[in-house]
Amino acid sequence: MSKWLNPRSAFGITLIVVALLALPFVAAMGGQAWVRILNFAILYVFLALGLNIVVGYAGLLDLGYIAFYAVGAYTYALLASPHFGLHWPFWVILPIGALVACFFGVILGSPTLKLRGDYLAIVTLGFGEIVRIFMNNLNAPINITNGAQGITLIDPVAIGDFKFSTTSQILGISMSGPQKYYYLLLALVILVIIINLRLQNSRVGRAWQAIREDEIAAKAVGINTRNLKLLAFAMGASFGGVAGGVFSAMQGFVSPESFSLIESIMILAMVVLGGMGHIPGVILGAVLLSILPEALRYGVGPIQMAVFGKMLVDPESLRMLIFGLALVLVMRFKPAGLWPSPERKRELSDAGAGNG
Amino acid sequence: MRGRAMAELLLQANNVAKHFGGVQALRDVSLSIRSGEIYGLIGPNGAGKTTFFNCLTGLYIPDGGGFVFDGQPLLADAPHQAAERGIARTFQNIRLFGNMTALENVMVGRHVRTGAGVLGAILQNAATRAEEAAIKQRAIDLLHYVRIEDRADDLARNLSYGDQRRLEIARALATEPKLLCLDEPAAGMNHTETDELRELIDGIRRDGTTVLLIEHDVKLVMGLCDRVAVLDYGALVIEDVPAVVQKDQRVIEAYLGA
Repeated sequence: MSKWLNPRSAFGITLIVVALLALPFVAAMGGQAWVRILNFAILYVFLALGLNIVVGYAGLLDLGYIAFYAVGAYTYALLASPHFGLHWPFWVILPIGALVACFFGVILGSPTLKLRGDYLAIVTLGFGEIVRIFMNNLNAPINITNGAQGITLIDPVAIGDFKFSTTSQILGISMSGPQKYYYLLLALVILVIIINLRLQNSRVGRAWQAIREDEIAAKAVGINTRNLKLLAFAMGASFGGVAGGVFSAMQGFVSPESFSLIESIMILAMVVLGGMGHIPGVILGAVLLSILPEALRYGVGPIQMAVFGKMLVDPESLRMLIFGLALVLVMRFKPAGLWPSPERKRELSDAGAGNG
Repeated sequence: MRGRAMAELLLQANNVAKHFGGVQALRDVSLSIRSGEIYGLIGPNGAGKTTFFNCLTGLYIPDGGGFVFDGQPLLADAPHQAAERGIARTFQNIRLFGNMTALENVMVGRHVRTGAGVLGAILQNAATRAEEAAIKQRAIDLLHYVRIEDRADDLARNLSYGDQRRLEIARALATEPKLLCLDEPAAGMNHTETDELRELIDGIRRDGTTVLLIEHDVKLVMGLCDRVAVLDYGALVIEDVPAVVQKDQRVIEAYLGA
């Protein structure tokens, strides 16, 4: 606790808080689109931290994580849109979304308890696809998900008459919809970070890490590996479910397209590239990987024009090319991730010294 | 040690059998371990010693027979319950949580004797914080006990071989076992290290934990154990005090292959 009273870190924290609070207004100077990009970055941080529990702590390779995000998003969409004529408040739906996703987490978890590594990855991958295909096809005989058209006109987050979707005046400052969502997301993600940090250094968190390190030894010291793996799946899934609910409300529209395999892979890449199991690393990975493609989208075209005077390569393909190259380079030169935990970093440098 | 002959039984193995395909790894092994003794289990390579350990600690399900521990039968196929009942073990090929610190390894050992859940961890209520502090203190004490307290913050994988063996014992002790099963703890150790290990095991017994020891080092076993059982081709050859076992013709044959 005394660490927090240290004036230097107090100053650092104040600086970060001010920067985070000012960020949406800075971004808004470049247009509301940048505020939306920021919001998605935070949403990805949220998702990556949820997946970090499953992959980073418990060491269970999950390639179908987006399914829980989809479940949360559809739960919100169905309970707060004209599709069924239901308009429940968001603070009721978000916990329901978390519970439904949690339930699906256990459903995915139970048949995979004996699987690890590649085998688990394949099963979870299949699960993710199954959920997406269900969303796509559950429009007949009873129309539940409205199929590929998706669900539109989803209610925005609202507290009483205060809607998050429209511009309003707060203390004399004009705040746009995305800016308001930014603060909501920021509050939620701080909560998720606190939960992650506290879990990491807890009895349950250590048991997860023990399972990741050596499942047999974990059993031998009395850890009920079955229950704890299910718990990891359930916790990770609940985070995905809440993130999905917020996504649904923010977009006002969901369709199965948003929940493809590439999304699962992106979130996994954020966790691995940032530094598996290390919270600051995971946050960094999520922010970089969600903002970089957008920055490239806006940057690649103008730069080409400036350097070559004409468009040599289609900006869209070049964007993904640079993005892919960045991933390869990071993994080649920083195998433990951009910001690994201090212990893991030491371990890799020790291994390097041993080889040399 | 004769005076302890009537001491209560801690573990009884009754006709434990296990085969892998056509190989009979354990043939109806029956033996009994008394509270407070150091019990040695020896035999040539492939005699079934580790298989016996794995059946006892729930990693394997015996094909026949079973165990009675502390007056109650042990459930098969439930390793975490074996630890809960008070059976802790180390592994022949050390199995530590390599990317966790030495201290964290021992703290994991406290899992089965503590109860904080997800909610406690998130809310950090007084009870959880107190439990966490107690877990840490106990783990530090155990690191002192096996004399590797100065390596507390090092990753387990970076510890020296001897220290890793000690850490594994500390982690097992953290579960508060009634019976500590050590699978070849002296393997790969030099003379000094083996002597220190002997002292450590003797100390553990003095502090009230019964020890079951698998070991290749016959000198160590004979000097340390109150009673010794010999396995050969999965069958129990003899179970007696070291002086008798050493002179037994069948044991000499098993070891010399005569």
